[in-house]
Amino acid sequence: MLKYILKKLLIMLFTLWIIITLTFVLMVSVPGSPFNSESSSNEIVQQNLEKHYNLDKPMHIQYLLYLKSVVTFDFGPSIKQPNQTVNDLLGRGFPISAELGIVTIIVALISGITLGILAALRHNRIIDYAAMAIAVLGISIPNFILATLLIQQLSVNWGIFPVATWKSWSHMVLPVLALATGPMAIIARLTRSTMLEVLTQDYIKMARAKGLAPWKIIVKHALRNALMPVVTIMGTLFVGIMTGSFVIEQIFAIPGMGKYFVESINHRDFPVIMGTTVFYSSFLIIMLFLVDIAYGILDPRIKVNNKEGD
Amino acid sequence: MEIKQVPPQVTKENIPDEWFTPREKNKNEQERLARPSLSYWKDAWRRLSKNYLAMSGLVFIVILIFMAIFGPILSPYEASTGVLSMQYQPPSAEHWFGTDNAGRDVFTRTWEGARISLFVGFMAALIDVTIGIIWGGISGYKGGRTDNVMMRIIEILYGIPYLLVVILLLVVLGPSLMTIIIALTVTGWVGMARIVRGQVMQIKNYEYILASKAFGTKTSRIIRRGLLPNSMGPIIVQMTLTVPSAIFAEAFLSFIGLGISSPNASWGVMANDSLGAILSGNWWTLFFPAFFISLTMFAFNVLGDGLQDALDPKLRK
Repeated sequence: MLKYILKKLLIMLFTLWIIITLTFVLMVSVPGSPFNSESSSNEIVQQNLEKHYNLDKPMHIQYLLYLKSVVTFDFGPSIKQPNQTVNDLLGRGFPISAELGIVTIIVALISGITLGILAALRHNRIIDYAAMAIAVLGISIPNFILATLLIQQLSVNWGIFPVATWKSWSHMVLPVLALATGPMAIIARLTRSTMLEVLTQDYIKMARAKGLAPWKIIVKHALRNALMPVVTIMGTLFVGIMTGSFVIEQIFAIPGMGKYFVESINHRDFPVIMGTTVFYSSFLIIMLFLVDIAYGILDPRIKVNNKEGD
Repeated sequence: MEIKQVPPQVTKENIPDEWFTPREKNKNEQERLARPSLSYWKDAWRRLSKNYLAMSGLVFIVILIFMAIFGPILSPYEASTGVLSMQYQPPSAEHWFGTDNAGRDVFTRTWEGARISLFVGFMAALIDVTIGIIWGGISGYKGGRTDNVMMRIIEILYGIPYLLVVILLLVVLGPSLMTIIIALTVTGWVGMARIVRGQVMQIKNYEYILASKAFGTKTSRIIRRGLLPNSMGPIIVQMTLTVPSAIFAEAFLSFIGLGISSPNASWGVMANDSLGAILSGNWWTLFFPAFFISLTMFAFNVLGDGLQDALDPKLRK
C-alpha cells in the first residue's frame, strides 16, 4: 500500500512540475506585454515597470524566481490591479468556487446514485426508461445551454429564483442545477449498469434466501460493490465540475475563480494567469491523487505488488 | 433402405448385429453449413439496426452532415453578414429560423455552425485515433520497460486538467479553429491510447499472434494486420464518444469568448450572442443553436452506446 501511494505521489509531483513549467513557457511566449496597452507610459516608465516585475531578467533567472514563488506559495502582486496580490484574488475567488463545486458534486452523487438504483431495480420498466432518458438528456445538453434555459424559465418568466450573483441559498439553486445535471447523468448510468450486474450475483441470491430485508440487501450488499466504478470516476468528475464552473460562474456572475481567470487572460495579467493556473491545477491534481488513494484503500484487488504496470 | 419388420422376440437388448449398417459418408454434405456465416461486422450491423434509438441517432447525423455541406449553399443569405433593419425577425417564410441581433439569418448560421462543430468533432476524433493507436499499440505490444515509461507519460498527461491547457494554448496561439483542435488533442488522445493498449495486451497473447511471430513477421506488420483489426470495436466506440465531447468543448470555448468569435457562426457563438435576446423574448436566436447542439450530442451519444452493445463480442448471439 505504501509503495502504491508513493508511486502515485511521485507521478503527482512530476505532473505538477510539468504544469508549472508549461505555464511558464506558454506565458513567456505569449506575444504582447501587459504594459503595451498603457498609453501614458513612456520608455523609462516601462523599463522601471518591467524591472519591478522582474521581466527584464534573463529567462532562466525568471524561471527560478517563478519556481521559488510557486514553492513558497507567493505569486506576487497582480499587474493590472496593483493593490491586489494574486493570493488575495485566490483567497476571495476560490472559497466560492469550491463551495459551488462541493455542493454540486454532493447533489450529483445523491441524485445520480438514487436514479441509477431505481432504474436497476425496475429494469426494463417505465422507471428505468424514464431514468435513462433523463440521463441521456443530461449528457447531451451542454451546461451553459441548460443554465441559460433555466434562467429564462425559472427566474425571468416565473421569478422563482434570483437571476444571478451569489448571496444566499436560493442563489445557489440554478448554478448547481446547471452544473450537476451532466455528472448526475454519468453517475446514474454507471450505477445502473453495475447494479444490474451485481444484482445477478450469487451472494445477492444468498442474502435474499436468508430473508434479509430488500433495502438492506440493496444498501449493504449490492450498493457497496456497485459503487466502485463511481469512486473511480469521482476524480475526473470533480475536475470536470470545477473547470465547468468557469462558464457557469460567467453566466451567473458569480465572483469565483473562473471570473478572475477569464479576466486575467483578457488583460494579459501574467502573475494572475500563472497563479490561478498553477493553483487550480495543483488543487485538481491533488484531488485526483486523493481519489486514487481512496480507491486503493477501498478496492482490495489493488495490491502492493502490481506488476502489470498500470 | 428397406424397412424391416421387427419380429416380436427382438427387444432392445438383443438386436441382431447385422441390422446395423454404416451410413455412407457424403463429403459434400459433411462440410456444408446450415446457414451462411456472419462476419463480425455483419453481425454488429444486424444488431445495431435493431437498436432504434441508435439508428435514429445515425440517421440524424447523416442528415446533419448533408445539411452542413449543402445548407449554407442552398440558403440565399450570407452567414456572417446581416441587414441591421431586419434585426430579430421571428421565424417566417423568408427566414425559417428567424434573424439574430445583427439581422443575420439564423437558418444559414445554424448550418455554418454545424460545419464548424462537425469539423472540430471529426478532426479531434481522427487525430486522437491516430496518436492513440500508435502510442497504445506500441505500448501494449512491447510491454515491459517501454510500456512502463509510455504509461507514466500517459498518467502525467491524464492528470492535467484539459480545459486549463486548452485555455492557455488559446491565449498563446490566438483563437482559431486550428488552435481549438490542437488544444483538444494535446491531452485528448490519452483515453484512446489507454483503450488500444488494453486491447492489444489482451489480444497479443492469442495463438495466431504467436504463429505470425514464429513465421518471422515484422512487429509493425503484426500490430497493423494482426492486432488492430481485432481491437477495432472499442476504438470505434471511443471515437464516436470523442466527437460529442469535442463538439461540446468547441461550443463551450466559443461561448466564453475564447474560441471562434462573432460574426463567424458557431453554435457556441450563436448561443452567446443571443444571451441578451432571450430576456426580451426573442427565443428563436437561442433555441435553434441550443436545439441542434443538444440533438447532435444526443445523436452521437446514443450511437456510441448502440455501437458499444453491437460491437461487444460477449453479447454476440
